[in-house]
Amino acid sequence: METVTQKTLYLARVQRHGEEAVKKLQNACVGIAGLGGLGSHIAISLARMGVGKLVLADFDRVDITNLHRQHYFVDQIGCLKTEALADTLRKIDPWIQLELYPVRLTPENIPTIFGSCPILCEAFDKAEEKAMLLETALAELPHITVVSGSGMAGAGSANEIQTRKAMKRLYVCGDGETDVAEYGSLFASRVAVCAGHQAHMVLRLLLGEDDSAL
Amino acid sequence: MKWNGKQTALEAPVTVLEFLQQQGYNAQRVAVERNGEIIRRADFEKELLRDEDTVEVVGFVGGG
Repeated sequence: METVTQKTLYLARVQRHGEEAVKKLQNACVGIAGLGGLGSHIAISLARMGVGKLVLADFDRVDITNLHRQHYFVDQIGCLKTEALADTLRKIDPWIQLELYPVRLTPENIPTIFGSCPILCEAFDKAEEKAMLLETALAELPHITVVSGSGMAGAGSANEIQTRKAMKRLYVCGDGETDVAEYGSLFASRVAVCAGHQAHMVLRLLLGEDDSAL
Repeated sequence: MKWNGKQTALEAPVTVLEFLQQQGYNAQRVAVERNGEIIRRADFEKELLRDEDTVEVVGFVGGG
């Protein structure tokens, strides 16, 4: 088996993405609040693309009812999501820097936990928690940009999921309408589409892509 | 007032909470920005929206 080192992994990424992009990603730090269907998939994409540091927060443990859409495995049931996801991310990039917070996020601890992250992904389940995180992060952390997910329930068309710039420092991904309480189910495919939108918006921000078309 | 990109007639100043209720939003599930600044939920009852303001309201739904 080929021996993978930090150097060979770096060079493999440079071969695909070019050195300029790889350096920008490697020097980046991104926060993810909530490690469920959205957060676990966002983290996987960002680690694959070579984001150097992730700050991951979720108080919950892996449950059998998570496996239908979240990036966990049967042998991780009962583990903290922070620890379980960290194990998976280190299989993708053994040198990724991870800060893990197995705590419930509140208006009191959000500014401290994510204070060093220029970009934060909101990946909560409940609408009230999403609103709380947005209010806290945008009010308390004047340099942070938030990429949020809202509206990915049900089996409607995946094409309805979009990314839009909703505020000066807020991007919202999703269809904006399908509430899980009303549409009943969250399917792995549609949730992953939304997570893909969020991870891709993070990529575009890190690469400095123009967002005027949003 | 410019609300979510559209011109909206506002005859007299209203509190954020009144405006949200008039438009059918659940105040616990929104983020509100006025002239580029976020307004905290604790201030929804006292902060006023005026005709010259630019306001963005993002309503969230559950699931993630």
